Order: sequence, then C-alpha cells, then structure tokens
Amino acid sequence: MAAPQFEVPKLTGYAETPAIKENATAHVKSFPANAAIQEGIGFPGELVEDWHDKAIAKMGDLLGKYRSLRVFMDACVHCGACTDKCHYFLGTADPKNMPVGRQELMRGVYRRHFTFAGKYFPSLVGAKDLTKELLDDWYKYYYQCSECRRCSVFCPYGIDTAEVTMAGREILDTVGYGQKYTNEIMGKLHKIGNNLGLPGPALQDTLEGMEEDMLDDTGVAVKMPLDVKGVEVLLVTPSADFFAEPHVESLMGYAKVFHAAGISWTLSTTASEAGNFGMFIGSYANMRRAALRIREAALELGVKRIVVGECGHAWRVAYSFWNTLTGVGHGGEDPFSIELQKQLDPRYPAPQHICEFTYDLIQQGKLKFDKSLNDHRVITFHDSCNVARGSRMGDMPGGQFVIPREIIKAVANNFHDMAEETIGEATFCCGGGGGLLTDDLMEVRVKGALPRMEAFNNVVQEQKVNFLALICAICKAQFTKVVPYYGFDMSMVGGVHQLVSTAIQLESEE
Amino acid sequence: MSFLTVLYACIFYAATAMFVGGLALKIRSYARTPAPLKIPTTPAPTTAGGVVLRMAREVALFESLFKSNKWIWLFGWLFHVSLLLVILRHLRYFTDPVWFWVVWAQPFGTYAGFAMVAGLGGLWARRFLVDRVRYISTPSDHLILALLIGIGASGLGMRFVAHTDIVGVKEFFRGLMTFNLQPLPADPALLVHLSLVALLMVIFPISKLLHAPGVFFSPTRNQIDNPRDRRHLAPWAAAQFESGAKQD
Repeated sequence: MAAPQFEVPKLTGYAETPAIKENATAHVKSFPANAAIQEGIGFPGELVEDWHDKAIAKMGDLLGKYRSLRVFMDACVHCGACTDKCHYFLGTADPKNMPVGRQELMRGVYRRHFTFAGKYFPSLVGAKDLTKELLDDWYKYYYQCSECRRCSVFCPYGIDTAEVTMAGREILDTVGYGQKYTNEIMGKLHKIGNNLGLPGPALQDTLEGMEEDMLDDTGVAVKMPLDVKGVEVLLVTPSADFFAEPHVESLMGYAKVFHAAGISWTLSTTASEAGNFGMFIGSYANMRRAALRIREAALELGVKRIVVGECGHAWRVAYSFWNTLTGVGHGGEDPFSIELQKQLDPRYPAPQHICEFTYDLIQQGKLKFDKSLNDHRVITFHDSCNVARGSRMGDMPGGQFVIPREIIKAVANNFHDMAEETIGEATFCCGGGGGLLTDDLMEVRVKGALPRMEAFNNVVQEQKVNFLALICAICKAQFTKVVPYYGFDMSMVGGVHQLVSTAIQLESEE
Repeated sequence: MSFLTVLYACIFYAATAMFVGGLALKIRSYARTPAPLKIPTTPAPTTAGGVVLRMAREVALFESLFKSNKWIWLFGWLFHVSLLLVILRHLRYFTDPVWFWVVWAQPFGTYAGFAMVAGLGGLWARRFLVDRVRYISTPSDHLILALLIGIGASGLGMRFVAHTDIVGVKEFFRGLMTFNLQPLPADPALLVHLSLVALLMVIFPISKLLHAPGVFFSPTRNQIDNPRDRRHLAPWAAAQFESGAKQD
C-alpha cells in the first residue's frame, strides 16, 4: 500500500456527522475517457462544440422518458432528511456529496430551462445556467456517487439520487464527457464478453486450474463446465470470480454446491460477465446490449434455469431489469420474451441468485456441512447496497437480508451482525460501487468506506470478528484494497460462498 | 359592488384557475411519463394492496422521514396534520348547511392553527441552525415558510385577537361559488390573509409544493416488487428496441 496523498479518517468508535466543508473533494476527478473508449460504446469522442445545447436537449429527452427524473426534479423541498445519509458526505464533508447537494447540481439547471420560476426568477429558486464550471462539477460529483440508494430509503418522497446520477452521466456521455474506468469496461464487455477482457481460451485455462486445485484440496473431481449445451443451469457470475482474490474462493464454492446437489450446470464464454456497467452510466441502450448476451447464451445452450453469482449491481440488473431488457424472467406475453420463457423452468424464479439456490438446497437437506471447519472465523455480513435496496431474494420482502445470513449460520458457528443502523435497508455502501472502483478515485473510496469501517471496527473490537462476508465482486475488491488503510488485514475479506466452500462435505454426495 | 370586492373576486377566480389548471398539467405530465425500469426501493411490497398501504403510511405518517430524522419528522408532521385540520375547519365557510363532521372538526381546527405555526417555526429554525440545511436553503425556501406563517398568523389574529366579519366573508365566498358576487368586508387582516392564500395557490404548481402530487408518482414508492413475475416494458423502449427484435 503506497502512502496515501490524503488524510485517512480515524476510527473513533461512534459515527459522527461532520460539519460541512465546501469543496473538500472538488480536487477529486476520475480520468475522463478518450475518444476510442467513448466511440466504442456509441458516444462522441470528445466534448462536442455545442455541448450546452446538446446537454439541455438530452435532459429534456430524459425528462420525457423517465418518470423518476421528472418527479424527482420537482418534488424536493430541501427538508434536509438526506443530508447526513450519504457515506461520501460522512467521509468527506463536502456538501455536494450530500444527496440533495448532488441533486441540486442538476436541479438548478432543470429549473433554469424547464420551469417557469427558474426562467423568470432564477436567483429566487436557485436556478443555474449550465456553465463549463458546472459541467465539470457534474462530472466530478456524479462520479463521487456510488448509486447505492441509501438516500432513497430516507427521503419522504423516495427521491433516489442514483436516478439523478445516472441521468447526469448519460447527459455527460452524450456530450462526449465520459469516464475512462466505466466506459472502458463497458466496451470490453461488448467486445469480448466480460469486464476483464478474458477471452475464451484464457477462461478455459483458469477453470481447469481451479478444478485441479479443488481435486488437490478435496480429493473430489469437482467440475467447472464451460459452454456445455443441454444442462440444467447457466451460471452467470462477475468475471472477477475467475481470477481475483478472494472472489475465486466463492466461485469454487458455487461449483461445489452444484456438485454436491448433483445439478448439471455450465458457464458460458459469451455470457461470462454478470456485471453490467450500463446501469452505472444510466444507458438503457448499453445496459440492454450487454444483458442480451445472457439471453442469447441461454437460448443457445438450452438451459432451464439461470443463476447469478455473488455481485451486487449485477443482481439488481438481473433481478429488476433482465425481464424488461431481455425477457429473462416469467410472465411475458410478447413473442420476444415467450421465445425464451417457454424454455425456462416455471418452478424456479428467473433469474435466481446463487444464495437463493444454495439456501433452497440447504432447506431441502441436500447439502451437508461441517460447521467446525469455519470455527477459526468470527463472521459478520455486509449487506451490499444494490442487493439490499434494489432487489430481493426469496418470496418475502427483505429476503435479501435473511437468506445470506441463514446460509452463513448453516455453514459456520460464529456470526455477529454489525449495528442495526448500518445493515439491512440502511446498509452503507463499501465506498467503491457504481463505477468508482478505480485508483484515480482512491481518496473518496477510502473516505467513503468510513461509515462501514466504523461499524466493522466495533464488531472487531467487541465480538472479535475476523471475517467480513460479502456477496458482491465490487465490495470484495474495494474492501480488499481499503481495509488496510484502516488498520485491518485484507485476508479478513471474503465471500459467503467461500464459507460454504470451506464447510461443504462433498464425500456425502451419492 | 365595491372595487375591493371585484378585485378579490378576480384574484380568487384567477388563483383557482392557476391552481387547478397548473396542477392538472403537472399531474398529467407525471402520469404520462413512463417509468421504463422497475426501481422500487426495496424491501418493497409484492402486491398492489401492499403498495397502497406503503403509500398510505408514507402520506399519512411520513414513514421514511420518521426513519430519517425525528426533528424534521416532528415539525413537518405537526405542520401538515395541523394544516389539514385547519383546512377542514375552513370548509364551514364554503358549505351551507355546514357538514356535521366539519362542525365536529371545528375545535381541533381552531387550535391546530397554533400547532401549524409552531411546526413551521421549527422547520424554519432548522434552516438557520443546521449547517447542512442552511447550505441547501434557497431564498424561495425561506419565503414559502414566511408565506405559510403569514397565513397562519393573520388567520389566528382574526380568530383570537380582532374578529373579522366572518359572516360577510362566508357570503363573499358562497357568492363566488355561485357566480353571484357578495361584498367582501374591508378588514386589513382579512385582506392580508386572503392575498397570501391566493399567492400560495398561484405558486403551488410552479414550486416545490409539487411534492404533494409528486409523492404519489414516485416510482421508488409506488411500484410493486414483482419484476421476475411480470414483464415491465415502457412504450418508448419497446418502440426503440423491440419493434425489430428478432422474433423468428
């Protein structure tokens, strides 16, 4: 870990709301995308000459297409309920990182161009012209939001800053002002099939390596099938699972669950990415294009079920948007969705989260565990923001909080939750979600992790917790990198299916 | 008919037209704008009945605000509930005979006036005392609070300090409703009160007061959490992406 160029917050044992410090992170700006990256995903290569008019026109377009944006631009009363809810504000004290502060960057321009009061009495209602300085602020602060939706839980009108951030990024992309990290990955996904740009042969190689590792460890030949037609399940997982630590541990955990349950399954080279950064940039077109890979793979392989690996935003896209975008789901009445849905097994939800999948098998008594194998771990669970507030697991509202915890308790003896106001629907983002998982944003990533680190530190101190269990590829990557800044060891970070992998008994399988 | 009566009659006809017409236009634009994706803030109800209950709790109890901040909730809820009681009480000036439940609400509505002003005072104080709220407050935020307090204070003044000719006021408004103008008492407190109310009606559809209709259209609150069971597709998305989608 290189010495940080900024002050790392101190853990004090209790959460504090800072006094505002204007422009505290005005110097933090992620690298903009170059022309090749922009054009690769259908946007202008550089800031267009008539960017002002184009931006206003795009805003008008989005206001007509998204009820969320239209209502949210009008409804805010500046009550202040959201002002102490964003982890980036709590960590940086910059008032433009307050949800309402971030929204006002756009709302000011909305008022100026789309409301009577803003056109004729701009200073009275805080209407603003879209200057180049303001456009730069949009870029900076819309890439200091992880779209975690925590603010939307607490807003009396349900105003979701993620919707505003997505609209802001879509407008910025439309005028040629995109972000390198997100848009480059988006392009790789379109071109190669996953965020890491892993081609098919490399994937095959990695999977074979993991099969050998599992054979050495367990003496059982657990398979990692790729592109096998006619199997029961297509597993779509974030590509980080194929090679990053600790992600691979969970991937091996999924494989062991399939093996133990005796359910045939496959990965796909063309659909080797559950992640979908199209959501991060608010681009319906890019999000749909990326998601169609899963539809096409499912049709080609003839699978009956689609299961999604541990990934937060991917699960939101899969659970909430796949049916809309690609017909992966049930209840479609049009030929496009019926074509796929007649193939999917109606007895199972489509798509299904790997935690739902494993939990069902546990409920049916099909998996055996030796919980004592996890006895060296004292575990806590971090609810990932997109899973917590943008999706569900199981039949019951809130199942996304119950099911992962039940899995952990089924495979391990030592579990303690963090403070109630930091988990469940009130969970804090890891600090690296929404397109911020890039080194050029390290300062806001570290500072944005502060609320989670406070809560984690408390269970480390009081309950001797030594394992932070996660169900998100971004959370895993972010915490691995960021916990050392707060004095924790990166080996404390891991996946829920890593715990499953440790405890599962493969010998008992018929 | 005095100039004053004609003037206020015109003001109230115009204000009502702007209030109703402006609000109708806004509500139409909210209703006509599609929500292309399923974005309820979860955990969310999985049935339509559940959504009705969630919205009812949100509108009647300010559930999310209660989770968020007890001070804002206290002042905000106090103000809104008091305002509701005050408005119900005022129905007596527009109905003849007065409906029985309006009679029943009368004493509550009378004293709610104080609670309303107190709630507004608390909300206004936050705009000065809390640095985060001070930062986001615009001049219009302060002026709307001043306007509402002005309405409350002038109303309370007429009820508890210097009574106005309330029978005359009722005749004026009954007259307006039947397009049969009756004289308006020329009491300064009354004229101030009525002017401020008319102003509130005019700015309602062009200000943040749109949070009132807006909350009902908020997709994070009014959507059913059932995306895996029902396909949800906006007309523009279907036209843009699926008109030529391969369906062979």
